[in-house]
Amino acid sequence: MTSTNQNNRRDFLKKGLGIAAVAGSVTALRAFQQDSVELTGETVQLLSPQGEIVEIDKAYLKPIPEVHISPDEAREGIPGRRFVMVIDLAQCKNLRKCHDACEKMHHCGPDNEFLKVLKMQATELATPFWQPTMCFHCDEPPCVKVCPVDATYKRSDGIVLIDTNRCIGCRFCMVACPYSARTFDWSEPQLSEEVKHQHYSPETSVPAKKGTVSKCDFCPDVVRKGEMPHCVTACPNGVFYFGDENEDAVSNGAETVRLSELLRDRGGYRFMEDMGTKPRVYYLPPVNRAFPFEDDEFTKNKGSKS
Amino acid sequence: MKTKKSVTLAGDADRVETISRDLMPKPFGWSGKIWVGVLSIIFLLGLFFYVQQVWYGLGITAMRDYSTWGIYISNFVFFVAISLVGSLISAILKLSGAKWRTPLTRISEMIAVASIIFAAIVIIVDMGRPDRFLNVILHARIQSPITWDVIVITTYLVISLLLFYLPLIPDLAFMRDRMKGIPAWQQKMYKILALGWKSDPGQEKILRRSEQILAILIIPVAFGIHTVTSWLFATTLRPGWDSSNFGPYFVSGAFMVGAGGVIAAMYIFRTHYTNWEKYLTDKHFDYMGRLLVLLSLVYLYFNINEYFVPAYKMKGQEAEHLNALFFGNYAPLFWSVQIFGMVLPIVLLLFPKGRKPLPIFLISILVIVGAWFKRFLIVIPTLSHPYIPMDRVPESWQHYIPTFKEWSITAGTLAGALLIVTLMARLLPAIPVVETIEEADPNHKAPETD
Repeated sequence: MTSTNQNNRRDFLKKGLGIAAVAGSVTALRAFQQDSVELTGETVQLLSPQGEIVEIDKAYLKPIPEVHISPDEAREGIPGRRFVMVIDLAQCKNLRKCHDACEKMHHCGPDNEFLKVLKMQATELATPFWQPTMCFHCDEPPCVKVCPVDATYKRSDGIVLIDTNRCIGCRFCMVACPYSARTFDWSEPQLSEEVKHQHYSPETSVPAKKGTVSKCDFCPDVVRKGEMPHCVTACPNGVFYFGDENEDAVSNGAETVRLSELLRDRGGYRFMEDMGTKPRVYYLPPVNRAFPFEDDEFTKNKGSKS
Repeated sequence: MKTKKSVTLAGDADRVETISRDLMPKPFGWSGKIWVGVLSIIFLLGLFFYVQQVWYGLGITAMRDYSTWGIYISNFVFFVAISLVGSLISAILKLSGAKWRTPLTRISEMIAVASIIFAAIVIIVDMGRPDRFLNVILHARIQSPITWDVIVITTYLVISLLLFYLPLIPDLAFMRDRMKGIPAWQQKMYKILALGWKSDPGQEKILRRSEQILAILIIPVAFGIHTVTSWLFATTLRPGWDSSNFGPYFVSGAFMVGAGGVIAAMYIFRTHYTNWEKYLTDKHFDYMGRLLVLLSLVYLYFNINEYFVPAYKMKGQEAEHLNALFFGNYAPLFWSVQIFGMVLPIVLLLFPKGRKPLPIFLISILVIVGAWFKRFLIVIPTLSHPYIPMDRVPESWQHYIPTFKEWSITAGTLAGALLIVTLMARLLPAIPVVETIEEADPNHKAPETD
């Protein structure tokens, strides 16, 4: 939560989420009784389980222990949920905050992008636009169909994950995915010592392993805690809506809307619908744009062809 | 009627002596030693780089996220393709009653066994995690075409080994009884492998029945092995692979390169061993030439279907792929392969002079090299044309050019397959001895079940 974006409303929202998360954690409060700690003098306000605002020294704060989801547990979806994403192309101006946050949180580096922001153009006469793409967590995932060892699988909550402890590195799933959403660790991934020894879970996709496939995981580890995927929280323009199809609600952090109404009123569509893959990521067309299209350093020299 | 055989063999000692002297395996001459030496060096260099690859990962190749399959996979398809020669000669010609196939059977089975072994090895070479190979069995999922491929390749390997081994048993017994002055281990090997064969009618009957059953069994498996291999591509949504023509297209191409492979091997054996032109005659080359023309024409037909029909429509991403093949950066390779590897051989082999041993040998080399690069053109260009734009990736990701190490490993597998064939020919008769002796008998009658 150290993002330095300018949007005050968003900052407020994030802090709010942070407080709620600490307050909800029993272990953090247990710190009052158990440990004798050196006080820092800095205090924070917390909401206690009884609903009172209490002020405590920062030294009493403990990080919430990570709930470790093992590869076997990760095969079960979060009960009762059907996660879905909507990407508003009219709002995207290629700031790439989503991309950077994703890269940072998944420690995946520039050669293993889980999320791309691509310059797209429907036809020659139409203005180009920026399109974030990632794993679409398809309901008919061609990648899952071809996996010979059940290393990549579809969960009950709609998320498609990879167990890199089982992946044999045949890369058939990469070939099967028409969206080129998957990436491969061709060599030993460059990770810090800390990350390297982190407990592996398919829900975090960390740490990456040589000779295996990885991809966007919809951040189920943070979604479990009631937070939004990193790309959603990182975007200052509210491009990404994330939510639950069962609740018919999606939120981009600033506003929460009905999924069905959003798709109906804004002409929602899915990328390459004719592939029959039934993606769980929808797009809103780049009409009534918030920003004029601007080429960036990568696409400037490439001419109009995208 | 077979009871007389041992008498016949003894009675016509000269003929038996000549044929066995000609066909029995012999120690390598200097050319044989150089051949084995060169192949071993290429093989060991490939092995050396493969050890590096296991250590450092597939990053030593030029494959990256878009071109995620490269020459390992196209080489795998090539090996599977050429292995179909075994079923062509041992099964299809056998069942169609072509008697002239006798001296070609063992050569074709040797090629089949060697290439199917290396097809399996190459697929392991391509794996990012070869250490987890057992997952393919432990966690097998039946809906994956890779699982089908594992099943059908294993089945084909077993049947091919049996089709290689069973007809060999009488020859092994023959060598066990007649070869003198060979090392004790070799003598022992023949003895064990001959399984106590003594040419009695009961044994012969079982053997002939078994060969007949295997010859029938292997045909659907051979079609299966290459059809399933084509499905590794055709079951995806990619331009250039998303084709219902792929099964027959692959199978016909496989029979064509298989025929080319056996012709090349025939020529090398014929020129290398003294007197072998008596057994691998001009007639054999002529017949194989006719067969190769037929198989090439079938392949041409499937090529027209594969390229002309989508080219007529020029649909979206398919158009980009086809333009790259016809006019773009793959065009020189594409047209060379289609012309020199398919059209030219068809034209040249229509002339009787083209079917003489040396010309047909050179043509079959063209066919084999063309077939190898044809698999390259089937596998690689498709992956250079993904549906989403390949923006923001390094230049080297956009154009797949295999690295030296990748070429070395690939060359190592090809050398390895040739080494297996060579070592088989060193220890076993590459032309069936007993069968040749029997057929040379003026009173020889074909067994009824054949």
